[in-house]
Amino acid sequence: MARLKVSVNKQIIISKESLDLGKLNSEIQASEGQNGASVIFTGCVRVSQQEQGLTGMTLEHYPGMTESLLDEILTEAGQRWQLDRILVAHRVGYLSPGETIVLVGTCGLHRKEAFESAEFIMDYLKNKATFWKKEHYSKQGNCEEVWVESKQSDTDTLERWQG
Amino acid sequence: MITIKVIFFASFKELLDCAQLELSLDEGTNIQDLCLVLSNKGGRWEGLFEQANKNVKVACNQSMAELSTLLSEGDEVAFFPPVTGG
Repeated sequence: MARLKVSVNKQIIISKESLDLGKLNSEIQASEGQNGASVIFTGCVRVSQQEQGLTGMTLEHYPGMTESLLDEILTEAGQRWQLDRILVAHRVGYLSPGETIVLVGTCGLHRKEAFESAEFIMDYLKNKATFWKKEHYSKQGNCEEVWVESKQSDTDTLERWQG
Repeated sequence: MITIKVIFFASFKELLDCAQLELSLDEGTNIQDLCLVLSNKGGRWEGLFEQANKNVKVACNQSMAELSTLLSEGDEVAFFPPVTGG
């Protein structure tokens, strides 16, 4: 794929507080007004998992390395697709079911760029960015903590973007 | 001798009950040698570092590293399990 030499407005947010989705969405949409197309992906702690006793989740990360890995991913996305703006926001700390863990917003001239780059960023974030999830469960009155294990199905998603 | 900082994240930090430590090592030490030093602490350390496999990720100065990566004075080496964010 041809490498495009255009500068893209990148923004990385790692937050201990709940993500302000209204504010983040309007930032992306302001850019969409200029450019034409935007995609916003969000992922959250599944409320349905409360049926298995899930009470919440803790997100840990490697401060410094996480930001530089995300910056590498966004830079790569900016080289592969013609984009005006990319935003990644990720929670750390304790999250309750239903809370947003991650938001990826991309904005460019056409939907193809916006869709593909958002998917690329999520695939790489899940495989490379130094975050770890611990799930908290309450089962018959007992509290349990389980570190989430990485899935091969996530690793496989990278093949699409390589070679 | 060189002095390095070693840090552990997520399940490794809990398993070892250790967030970080400082070590003095011979010059010319690489990450594989460091794994041996950590393994020699015995118990759970041995279990984790005796045969560091693909489930043990390592970074040096906040960039992903290999077992053959040579260590230098002041380096920050981090060990962690495969990532699970997003």
